[in-house]
Amino acid sequence: MSDQPYHIPESSKLPFAMAVTLLVLIIGAANTVIDLGTDSNSYLILFLAFAMMWTTMFFWFRQVIHENQAGLNNPMLKDSYVYGMAWFIFSEVMFFFAFFFALAYIRNFAVPWLGGEGEKGITNMLWPGFEATWPLMMTPDQAIFEGPKEDMSLNTAYSHGGLAGVLGWLPLWNTIFLLTSSLTVHIAHLGLKNGNRTQFNVWLGMTLVLGYLFVIFQGLEYYEAYSHMGLTLNTGIYGTTFFMLTGFHGFHVCLGAIILTVMLLRSLNGHFTADDHFGFEAGSWYWHFVDVVWVCLVAFVYVM
Amino acid sequence: MSTVVETHDHEGHHGPAKGLTRWLFTTNHKDIGTLYLWLSFTMLFVGGAMAMVIRAELFQPGLQIVQPEFFNQMTTNHGLIMVFGVIMPAFVGFANWMIPMQIGAPDMALPRLNNLSFWLLPMAFGILVSTLFMPEGGPNFGWTFYAPLSTTYAPSTVNFFIFSVHIMGISSILGSINIITTIFNMRAPGMTLMKMPLFVWGWLITAYLLIAVMPVLAGVVTMMLMDINFGTSFFNAAGGGDPVLFQHVFWFFGHPEVYIMILPAFGIVSHIIETFSRKPIFGYSSMVYAMASIAILSFVVWAHHMFTVGMPLAGELFFMYATMLIAIPTGVKVFNWVATMFRGSISFETPMLFAIAFVALFTIGGFSGLMLAIVPADFQYHDTYFVVAHFHYVLVPGSLFALIAGAYYWLPKWTGNMYDETLGKLHFWLTFISVNITFFPMHFVGLAGMPRRYPDYALQFADFNMLISMGAFLFGVTQLLFLFIVIKTIRGGKKATSEVWEGTRDLGLEWTLDSPPPHHTFTVQPQVK
Repeated sequence: MSDQPYHIPESSKLPFAMAVTLLVLIIGAANTVIDLGTDSNSYLILFLAFAMMWTTMFFWFRQVIHENQAGLNNPMLKDSYVYGMAWFIFSEVMFFFAFFFALAYIRNFAVPWLGGEGEKGITNMLWPGFEATWPLMMTPDQAIFEGPKEDMSLNTAYSHGGLAGVLGWLPLWNTIFLLTSSLTVHIAHLGLKNGNRTQFNVWLGMTLVLGYLFVIFQGLEYYEAYSHMGLTLNTGIYGTTFFMLTGFHGFHVCLGAIILTVMLLRSLNGHFTADDHFGFEAGSWYWHFVDVVWVCLVAFVYVM
Repeated sequence: MSTVVETHDHEGHHGPAKGLTRWLFTTNHKDIGTLYLWLSFTMLFVGGAMAMVIRAELFQPGLQIVQPEFFNQMTTNHGLIMVFGVIMPAFVGFANWMIPMQIGAPDMALPRLNNLSFWLLPMAFGILVSTLFMPEGGPNFGWTFYAPLSTTYAPSTVNFFIFSVHIMGISSILGSINIITTIFNMRAPGMTLMKMPLFVWGWLITAYLLIAVMPVLAGVVTMMLMDINFGTSFFNAAGGGDPVLFQHVFWFFGHPEVYIMILPAFGIVSHIIETFSRKPIFGYSSMVYAMASIAILSFVVWAHHMFTVGMPLAGELFFMYATMLIAIPTGVKVFNWVATMFRGSISFETPMLFAIAFVALFTIGGFSGLMLAIVPADFQYHDTYFVVAHFHYVLVPGSLFALIAGAYYWLPKWTGNMYDETLGKLHFWLTFISVNITFFPMHFVGLAGMPRRYPDYALQFADFNMLISMGAFLFGVTQLLFLFIVIKTIRGGKKATSEVWEGTRDLGLEWTLDSPPPHHTFTVQPQVK
């Protein structure tokens, strides 16, 4: 162990408060979904839980930051935070893996079998005449799940409008935004490491603008899908996988943007030094992670 | 209890806080370990009571005590509680107590996160158990919650179940991040990876598996949530989805989960066998590689749980052969344990008795696993009591025996008091006999065709079922004796030395600490040669 002892925090009310918060959260969430479509205000419990969560997180992170500023964190403890963040991102990777796995299974096995192809093609007898296509526009049972009128793929954008259609294709712009933002956040990081605070703030600010543009364009895309393309969560497995994959990704972009916004505010308040800024670094790792997920989404959801 | 010295400095010399808040707000790895172990012990009796209801109903053919609907809730919640509420938290409790002590660390790497990981569990299980008292009843679709039983045909309380699984998952992921960070970052100088105690190795691999698969479980219950409430069609073929997709994603989580529940047990048993054989473990590095191989293979065998669901032949063959491969590293471990005992000067204290029983009975569970891995045979065995016998043999005389053995082994270290050896031996023999009366005949009724998960059965199974139920009641009552022994040991007894067992000083750093160890385990990290 180094000269300075490993800081073991004294007993803390924060984790227990967080556990209670999550208890309130799941009570609120379960009651809200059970009462969907009825005249109930159980969603208020959910809102209460969100308020509790933000409050607890604010105090928890504030304490961690204060401890670091007070010089309590020896190099070993700082490494613990690095390990913690890396493995947390790995867990997020595996969460997305589950949904990509589902998409792959649906496209390669479930839908072709329903369409009569392959070794288990006998399942076609459930809905004789059903044809396997992807994107799946005609679901097996149109009475229960009416298929979408249009899909979001690059092919469709191209076949409708040619090159102009591709240029008006929102995912193209979102790809540009997100890939560029990974670069800008890296330039910001370089600025911080070189002690150039202005460079850091400006490029981090640009990252945030790109991130928020992404969220806005994603919102526009969903609006288009719901209002003009007949593509909703209820339009069978194409809409299901499309919205769940892009939706969870969009949610993670929002989280990443919030994290980086906090980092910008912290920087403006004089936090971080050239060699001690893991809070920001963790946020930038997260940002690169959502960028990589987006690249996979473009490949497997939009293009292929 | 040590005296309370509240100094509020940051040098780490203060003792535990007083009263209830000590347990609510603690950041101490031993306190949190104790909390995990007591939660697990409590849930053992809750889940055990459900097993008693099941066995009471199955004591005779026909419906006597409960209705089928309630019986389904009992089997479901028994499974969920035993897996997520007993075995997993107990191992995390052991990890909390032992990993810092075995690697020479002052505490876990992230103590506040540690507290959160624990306190999420009572919340999750409070919600899960409370569903049993709701008007529609609790989850009734089996612990594997296959769609569409758990989606289209589920009671609305399934939503509480889904969210409580999310919370259990968060708890496991945060706990595992903490354990991995502790092991990688906090080892005493000189303790290279290949000098780590096998329990630490077992947990390092387990934590990796948990971080890899708990998010997948979160994903699959999220898909259920969406299908139930928001009109998606993941598991509905009418929209182009597939109920079989549920089984694939679930078992992608589920099979590594099985090894999550056994790898730490391998570590505990290895320590006990080397201690009471008075010989270092035979083939240390092969033990490590065997555990790593089992963990890697666990990701490519999941579909052996669903051979009868209708998979292409190539899939059946792949998963059959991949599954059989697991017998190799598992065999390496069993032979190493036997070789460790060979020509050792063995003494048979209670932990050793449980550990030897573990080796013998876990091997029976392993062999029935091999039988189930054979596709054409599995078509006969699938969803019979043979499967129930198989996984209870690996989980009860497997994981649970290892936990009990570990408790006897380290209880003197934790409390400073020796347990009552006579009562311990009595506990062992009653448990050993009753566990076999309970689960061994299940092989026979299973092979004869008795299906699992039904509250009633054909008359020809009556004798065996009565025997099974009597064994189960004896097993259940015997564990009250265990509770008594644990409480008696905590309250007093012969003082334990820091070594506790003969010749342990060279076996691990935990035996260099006082019994009970100081509040902050190692304030100065020891040097490992």
